[in-house]
Formats: sequence, structure tokens, C-alpha cells
Amino acid sequence: MNKKDLAAEIIRISGGSPEKCMRCGKCTGACPAFDDMEVHPHQFATMIREGRVEELAAKKGLYNCMSCFACSERCPRSVEPARLIEAVRVYALRQSGGNHLAADDVPGLLDEALPQQAITSALRKYAK
Amino acid sequence: MKYSYYPGCTLSAKAQELDRWGRRAMEALGVTLEELPQWQCCGAVYPNATDEIATRLSSVRALSAAKEAGQPLVTLCSACHHVVRRVNGDMRNNIDIRQKVNAYLGTMEDAAPYEGDWTVLHYLEVLRDEVGFDKVKERVVNPLTGRKIGAYYGCLLLRPSREMEMDDPENPRILEDFIRAIGAEPVYYAMRNECCGGYVTMEDKSQAARRAGAVMDNARACGAEMLITACPLCYYNLRENAPSPLPVHYFTELLAEALGVREDRHE
Repeated sequence: MNKKDLAAEIIRISGGSPEKCMRCGKCTGACPAFDDMEVHPHQFATMIREGRVEELAAKKGLYNCMSCFACSERCPRSVEPARLIEAVRVYALRQSGGNHLAADDVPGLLDEALPQQAITSALRKYAK
Repeated sequence: MKYSYYPGCTLSAKAQELDRWGRRAMEALGVTLEELPQWQCCGAVYPNATDEIATRLSSVRALSAAKEAGQPLVTLCSACHHVVRRVNGDMRNNIDIRQKVNAYLGTMEDAAPYEGDWTVLHYLEVLRDEVGFDKVKERVVNPLTGRKIGAYYGCLLLRPSREMEMDDPENPRILEDFIRAIGAEPVYYAMRNECCGGYVTMEDKSQAARRAGAVMDNARACGAEMLITACPLCYYNLRENAPSPLPVHYFTELLAEALGVREDRHE
């Protein structure tokens, strides 16, 4: 896919609106994963608009977004950064061999207190 | 008052305390929670991708079953509530999702099309809006006087607020009002609606530890002696990942105790 089509694909999956972003930075100011992500919520909007989806999809920090929705809550223009980040993640996971977590890895991550919710969430967020 | 109840997977396993005391407390308040005869895991996270249909089906099945029973659906786990509530909104507002979900369900089961036209309430909303915190207070036989409790909201009950519609996302009060109703003292702290780390504990435990630790340190600095939550994953991150945690409890444990129906606590 060319860059323009990739941008359109991310917008379609996300239902977000990167073109509305005015770079006010409220999303990034609210992001509790700031130190753990190389690219911050407001930058997702810009980079998606520029079609730089492959570049975003290769970032390790993509898997450190906690989906807390603080960015989308604070956004004054309904850009929906949380949905944009998720769409890039989904795009990466849907590639052949793109899964970030395998079911076989899960037993090694368990401990006695871990709730089922964590396992289901991780498999939904890190694998397709 | 009678409701259909969706406990969800974690409340049947690691978070049985949230479920057990939640049911017992509602009985004491004269509210019947009737567990849905059949239910499936909600998926624990809301499918942000608008083209995912299969991950929305279990929520729609639960909502349809409650509608068929003629009773509002009640959830207790924050994650279940987040997912079911937002999928309900999708079924009401997103015609593409509505048509695909109904087409999918129509091929497998003899279900009437569902259009997002039923109500799902969180347990706390039942206490606030249906029973009333003033009535809860009247029923308290064992007020938790003198306990300084920090309400931990986390993310999933509050955000996105235009979909969840439970409370002010920046300055919520439902849990503080609950704490007052059971006779204890709410302690306000800035990070009560910040993320605990969530599922990232599976990806990067150090990140979850930093998030949960920041919440815990802020609550302690503001004078909280314990935290309460409605979310099993918050409960885990705060207890297991925060360095030097305060005690953390499910809010239903304290409700049952205040109502005098928590048999394992005699104080």
C-alpha cells in the first residue's frame, strides 16, 4: 500500500480523525505512558496524516500504550488518539507473523494472583 | 428491584470476593441480582478497531438476554462494564457495526436483532441512582467510622466520559459518596483516576510497577489508609506491583461489612 492508502486504512480501522489535530498537546500531556513510548499521542496524529504508518508500526513503545483513554478524554477536537494508536497496533498485529504475544508465552507470565482479565486483555491487545 | 446480572470471568475465579460480597450486599438492600442463565467473557478490553465484529458479540448476547428478561443489565467488574457499555453504544450509534453484528448473530441463533435499546448499569450506579446512597446509609448497621479510604477509580469506569456517562471524568464523586454512605471518610488524592498500568503488567512489569507505585504513593501522602476499587486488574497492580502498598479492597467487601452481612468479619 502507498502512504496515502495506508493513512486511509488506519483512519478506517480507527474511526478517529487525525486531520482535526491542531497539535495542542493535551493528549500527550495527559499520557501516563509518556516515558515508555518513543512516539507520543499527538505525534501519532501527525505521522498518520503523513502516511508514516510503517514507521509507527515498528515502534516498540506501541505495546506500552495502556488504553487508559486519558488522551481521547482530553482531546478538544475528537481526534481520538487512543483509537489511532490501537489502529496502528492492530495493523501491525494483522500482518502475517505480526503477533506480539503467543498463547504459549502466557504460562511463563502467570503468577498466583494474576486475574484472568489480565490474560484475556493481553491476548486481545497483543495478538490477533 | 430486580436486575439481570453479568458477573464476568474474573469474578468467577480470582475476584470472587468482589462478586460474593456484591451479591450479599444487594440481597441485604432488597435488590435481586439474577445472574444471566448463560454468558460469555466480555473480552476484557473494548475493541477500539471499528472493523472488529466477533469481539463485540458476547456483550450483545448479554444485552439481548437481559432485554428478553425485561430487566436492566447490571455489571460489577469495571472492565466488563466498560466493554458492555461501549458496545451497547456502538449498537445504537454505529449502523455498520449494528448490521454486521446482527447479520452474524442471525446466522447462528434465533435471536431478534438488537439495536442498542437496552440499559446496562454498573453496580455503583444501581447504588447511587436506583437504591440511593441515602437509603444505603439508612441500612448501614456497622458504620466504618474513622477509616480513611482513598477511592481508586482507574480508567475504565470513567473514560471516555461521553460513552460511559457515569461521572465527571476529571473530578468524580460516586466512590467518595459511597465511602460517606458506609460511614467512612473519603481521602481525595490527585491520582485517583490515573491508570494503574493495566494489562501492560504482561508486557512490561516495571512500567506497571511505576504506574501503580505513583498512585499508591500519592494516596498515602494524602492520608489514605486503604484504597478501594471495582476492578480486578487495578486490585492486582496496586497490591502486587506497587512497591510498599497500602491495603487494597474491593468496594463490595466494605459495603457488605457495613451492612452487617460479611460473616467472616466480626469487629
